[in-house]
Order: sequence, then structure tokens, then C-alpha cells
Amino acid sequence: MPDKPRLTRDQIAQRAALELPNGAYVNLGWGIPNLIADYLPKNVEVYFHSENGILGMGRRARPGEEDYDLVDAMKVPVTLIPGASFFHQADAHLMTRGGHLDVAVLGGFQVSEKGDLANWKIPGAKGSGGIGGAMDIAAGAKKLIVCMEHTTKEGAPKIVRQCTYPLTGLTCVDTIVTDLAVIDVKPEGLLLREIAPGWGIEELQKLTGAPLTSVGRAPEMQFS
Amino acid sequence: MRRKIYSSLDSAVADIRDGARIMFGGFGGAGFPNNLIQALAAKGTKDITAISNNCGTRDGELGVMFKNGQVRHVIASFPGPHSTYFQEQLAARKVTLELVPQGILCERMRAAAAGLCAFYTTVGVGTEVAEGKEERVIEGKRCILEMPIHADYALIKAEIADELGNLTYRLAARNFNPIMAMAATTTIVEVDEIVPVGSIKPEHVVTPAIFVHRIVQAKGIRYAG
Repeated sequence: MPDKPRLTRDQIAQRAALELPNGAYVNLGWGIPNLIADYLPKNVEVYFHSENGILGMGRRARPGEEDYDLVDAMKVPVTLIPGASFFHQADAHLMTRGGHLDVAVLGGFQVSEKGDLANWKIPGAKGSGGIGGAMDIAAGAKKLIVCMEHTTKEGAPKIVRQCTYPLTGLTCVDTIVTDLAVIDVKPEGLLLREIAPGWGIEELQKLTGAPLTSVGRAPEMQFS
Repeated sequence: MRRKIYSSLDSAVADIRDGARIMFGGFGGAGFPNNLIQALAAKGTKDITAISNNCGTRDGELGVMFKNGQVRHVIASFPGPHSTYFQEQLAARKVTLELVPQGILCERMRAAAAGLCAFYTTVGVGTEVAEGKEERVIEGKRCILEMPIHADYALIKAEIADELGNLTYRLAARNFNPIMAMAATTTIVEVDEIVPVGSIKPEHVVTPAIFVHRIVQAKGIRYAG
């Protein structure tokens, strides 16, 4: 059912933003996760961490305000919030690996039913690829959320029994937010928590490469 | 007082021989020792093992080293989508690559700095980076053994040095620089400004002078041979 409406990338980010508790220290990865900062609920204050040694990263710099010694992990000039701090890259990753971040949100190519994540290289893609901070973050965040489209452009499931793409980490993903659902990875398997408006469990299951269970009828996805 | 201040970029890199292992600071366009890199490019040192987060942005940052074919092996975390000359050299098998998770790259350099022989980590278990590495279970977790990364030289960028070599960094241009300063046998820093000893408050020093061997002031210098 390819024509049925799915969430936009911004809506995925908006839904994922609701997963961030007030006061949390948070790292946002490339892609959809990077959009989350724009959708924080008004009553929620979180502290953004950047792997290049910033805690308390603010909004992106406006034109004329850019300082290229103050960039995020995507090289984009940013600002600071009061109380921000700088530290070197080893301490930045001590935070990611050592369980000091409350939540990390990464993009994904594939997530397995056990919570394995593949997000750094597409098999057969040209060039060297690059790992960056993803493996450290995957190994150490207290809670790891993956934001991604539910299927590839060709329609293949990205939630699978076993990842076939090069792995980023084993059993590291806690929650998956896609353009069709919110799914928690539990020891017993994938638990469907919410489903996109207009979608039913059976048609969602057809686009998912591993079995989904739900407690009763999964409610519609919430955005605020 | 030990003389650490060099009057030119050329003299600061003059003894870097072919085959040297060199760490290059910088991340995301910030904190790269661009003037020292230009001097090393002009000197023409070859067969370099380059240890850096990424591999240049077109011919910027480390890019010129690949454009000139000066690098033989790379240890990096994220070569980068615009590392054009590195990617060409890699495809032509003129350069080899070891990809390392970014935080583990830091810790392997820190192990070298700290005189540690190796360490175990859960990062990378079950992935490509675990291939060929010793694995064991510690406190119920699968871990792999990671070895230190040593270097002959670190080329780094700081904002201010005092004449002893105590360093401070500007904003997020700190990134890999303090770690590399500690890890290399000889650390060469380019700074915007050199100030008299005592000008930096001791509690504000980020890299203590013991880790710094050569200082060159390079703000505003456009390298011109």
C-alpha cells in the first residue's frame, strides 16, 4: 500500500522529541534526529551534548552570528545556552560510552528484533564510509532511540530479524520511531507501542521484517 | 627556560622524515593546524601514517596531503563525505585505511599517552572493527582488546600558548588537540598568540607545557613557501 500517507521526517522528529525527559542530557545523531531540537515541548528543557566537546549546545547560529570554532558534529555553526561547557573529544566520548547520557537518538539503516543497529555503511556503497561517534554512542547511552523510515525507498523492511548491513552495535536499541510506528525493543521481542494514523497492525506487520506484538490495540501516535 | 618557540612554520616541521607517524588535530573544520599542514605539504614528507578524525575537505585541512600523495596509511574515525583526494587515493590503493570508532580513537591515543599497554571495551563488539581482535567476557559483557596508538609527532592548533607551552583553546576548536598533544613523542602547536609566562592563570591551562615541544605563532600567516 505504497500510496497511503506516512509521517514526514519532521513528524518522526516531533514524535521522538516526546521521548526526552525534562532535564535529560541528550545526544542527537545525523539525519532525522538532528531535527528533534526544533520540536521540544515548551515545558521540557534538555541539555544537548555534541561529540566534539560541547555540553549545553543551543540553537543553530543565525546568519552573521556564525563562529566556525563553534560547530556541531555536522560542522554546522551553533550557539550555546547559559551553563554550557567545553571539553576535549575523549571526555566527550567518556560521556557517551560511560553511561552518562540519558538519551541518545541515532539514525538507522536497519534495526534487528534484538535491538542490533546498523547505521554507518551501506554494503556496496562507494568510498570508505565512516564510523564517527556512532559505535561509542550505541555502546553507552542509557537509552538509545533510533529514528528512521520504516522501509527502504524500494519498500524493504528496515526492521528485520537479523541485520544484513555492517553493524554499529549489538542489542543496543531501546526504542524505534518510524514514519509508521513507535516500537520498543524488549527481551521477548518487538512491542508495538503506537501506530501512525490510518494504519492497522496487519498492514504494518507486512512492512516489518520481524514479528510485532502489542498489548491490546496499539493507540495512534501522539505528537504533543 | 627551554626554547620552544620557532620563528617559522618551516623550521617547526623541518625534521619530519619520510615514514613518520603523525597525529593531526581538528574536527568539523575547527581546530585544524592548517598552517603546519601547509608547511608539511611544502616540505614534501612522504609515506606518512596520518592519525586524524577525518581526511580533509577537498584540498583543505588534510586534503592537500592526499592531493600530493604524501600519505601511505590512515587511522581515522570519519574520513568524511568531502575527503575527495583521500577517497581517490583509497580507490587507487595508494593509501590504506584503518577505521576506528571515534571515542576509541581518543582512548587508544590516551593509552599511548598514559603508558597503558591496551584496554578492553564493549565498543565495536560484533562489528567489522572487532575482526582479528582478542575478545573476552568481563563482568558479563563481551569486550574486545584495543591497542594504543603512538605517534612521532602531533600537529595541533591552540588559541594561546605561553612561552613555556601551556595552552588554551578557543570554543569547540579544542576537540582532539589536547589528546594528541599528550600522545605524541614531539608535539608541534600553531597558535594565534604567544604570551609571556604567567599570563595564563594556572587553573585555566588546558594542556600543560610538559606536553608541548614546539610553538609557532601562525595567526594571519597565509603560508607562501
